[in-house]
Amino acid sequence: MADIELLPHNVPSQGELPELVEELTTLNLGPTHPATHGIFQNILKMDGEKIVSGEQTIGYIHRAFEKIAERRPFYQITTLTDRMNYCSSPINNLGWHMTVEKLLGVEVPKRAQYIRVLMMELARITDHIICNSILGVDTGAFTGFLYVMQKREEVYEIYEEVCGARLTTNMGRLGGMERDLSSTAIRKIKEFIKSFPPVLRELEKLLNRNRIFMDRTINVGSISAERALSYGFTGPNLRAAGVDYDVRVMNPYSSYQDFEFDVPIGQNGDTYDRYMVRNEEMWQSLRIVEQAINNLPEGPYYADAPEYYLPPKNEVYRNMEALIYHFKIVMGEIDAPAGEVYHAVEGGNGELGFYLISDGGRAPYRLHFRRPSFIYYQAYPEMCKGSSLSDAILTMSSLNVIAGELDA
Amino acid sequence: MLTNQEVAEGLLEKFGDQVFDFEEPYGLLTLSTTREEIIPLMEFLRDHKNYQVIFLTDITGIQYPDNTGKEYVVVYHMHSFVHNFRIRIKVAIPASDIHIPTATGLFASANWMERETYDFFGILFDGHPNLKRILNIEEMDYFPMRKEYPLEDATREDKIDALFGR
Repeated sequence: MADIELLPHNVPSQGELPELVEELTTLNLGPTHPATHGIFQNILKMDGEKIVSGEQTIGYIHRAFEKIAERRPFYQITTLTDRMNYCSSPINNLGWHMTVEKLLGVEVPKRAQYIRVLMMELARITDHIICNSILGVDTGAFTGFLYVMQKREEVYEIYEEVCGARLTTNMGRLGGMERDLSSTAIRKIKEFIKSFPPVLRELEKLLNRNRIFMDRTINVGSISAERALSYGFTGPNLRAAGVDYDVRVMNPYSSYQDFEFDVPIGQNGDTYDRYMVRNEEMWQSLRIVEQAINNLPEGPYYADAPEYYLPPKNEVYRNMEALIYHFKIVMGEIDAPAGEVYHAVEGGNGELGFYLISDGGRAPYRLHFRRPSFIYYQAYPEMCKGSSLSDAILTMSSLNVIAGELDA
Repeated sequence: MLTNQEVAEGLLEKFGDQVFDFEEPYGLLTLSTTREEIIPLMEFLRDHKNYQVIFLTDITGIQYPDNTGKEYVVVYHMHSFVHNFRIRIKVAIPASDIHIPTATGLFASANWMERETYDFFGILFDGHPNLKRILNIEEMDYFPMRKEYPLEDATREDKIDALFGR
């Protein structure tokens, strides 16, 4: 085949090779990218397919909640909190109520505490459902996501029954719940306890020992326990790295000490461990829900704190004191005692803290939210350094960064 | 399980009059220190085997505009997982010299927490590797959480019904 004519561009150049320029590519991942599940930008420096370094830009949906809160009476701040982690808004709402109750010194009756635990654990299930099934979507398994979405819908119907809303729930009141569990709510919760395990088992069958899923997630986006602690990780992401810190166990609130549940931990802190920890947490949450509904104590569902808890409507129309309190609460004319309080709950993503300083006025003097997503997301460049872009997407997905919580 | 009393005594022994204003609001040990001692104090708490306060929960700022000489307060929340106690440390700094050393050398998580505090209060963390705005746009030329930028007061009386339709 020696008679092939060499075209000019096929002739090997002799001695005058153009100098190879090594340069890194800058890639903007986001602000709006379907794979980031939220509005935040990552400016990645890429060497081919490998990520060399990254820098996050956040704040795209910053809504100045801390500033707005300084002008609002306490009960109106609840609506701000459920716009933070909107995948598990009841936890935010009830965590905020507990913070204010701690400041006011209001003791919530057992029944209300159990109902709160019920709602918070259902919220945790919905939160983890989203995170884990989206992780499946990012590895190419769309079916599981659509399948478990149906179960989330059932939990949302329970929310509707309890508080009237679905996504931004504004659940509960200072001093208790706004209404007792209706018989429909109890029926729906019991149905959910029965119908959820087969669905979750099916999701497990789809992903847990799936060769593709395991290859994509094991040893991807690992972080050591030491680095995770230094970076302020909490919740499932920290537990996946092997630290058994859970606010529900360490500083029990709302009667969590009455319930029996395990705290699952991982070993490697990689994407697979985070997935597995969330998966096991759903089973544990279901256990807590079951215990709470079976041992639901009798009694009132709100505390005897007329200055803070909105009186029932039929009393407002018949009783002078109730009318006065109703008016004062709705107009935000209730003064809170001066003091400062930090209260933490185990949110979907970890320790959700409320640091509240009251100067004795009607609104907080200063309110700071410790948002778990905001604090652990700063570790993202370190976690995806050296990995490929497609693995970085999985790492972000498994961290469950919620844009609303990130930016507050 | 350490009691607040034991921790307070241990800190007083080590730092003397550099730690002061001990309080216990709602059971959480609260103390103040100076900006010279804040980093040694946090390092001591983190590394001492009796305390092992290995987790920095939160950093934030508060402004008290009328408190001359102590207009800004930086608040650190820390948590010892080993002994399960929380501690709150406050450092007051004057508006005329709004500097405090960074804790990024001790905890990686301090990076964004300090950037957030800078973003909203303008508190300068000396030695911070990347002290710039984080949630607000970079072109912003004021610090929005300061009390001199109030939101509209819901109870203000200069609004006329005829104009605002109330």
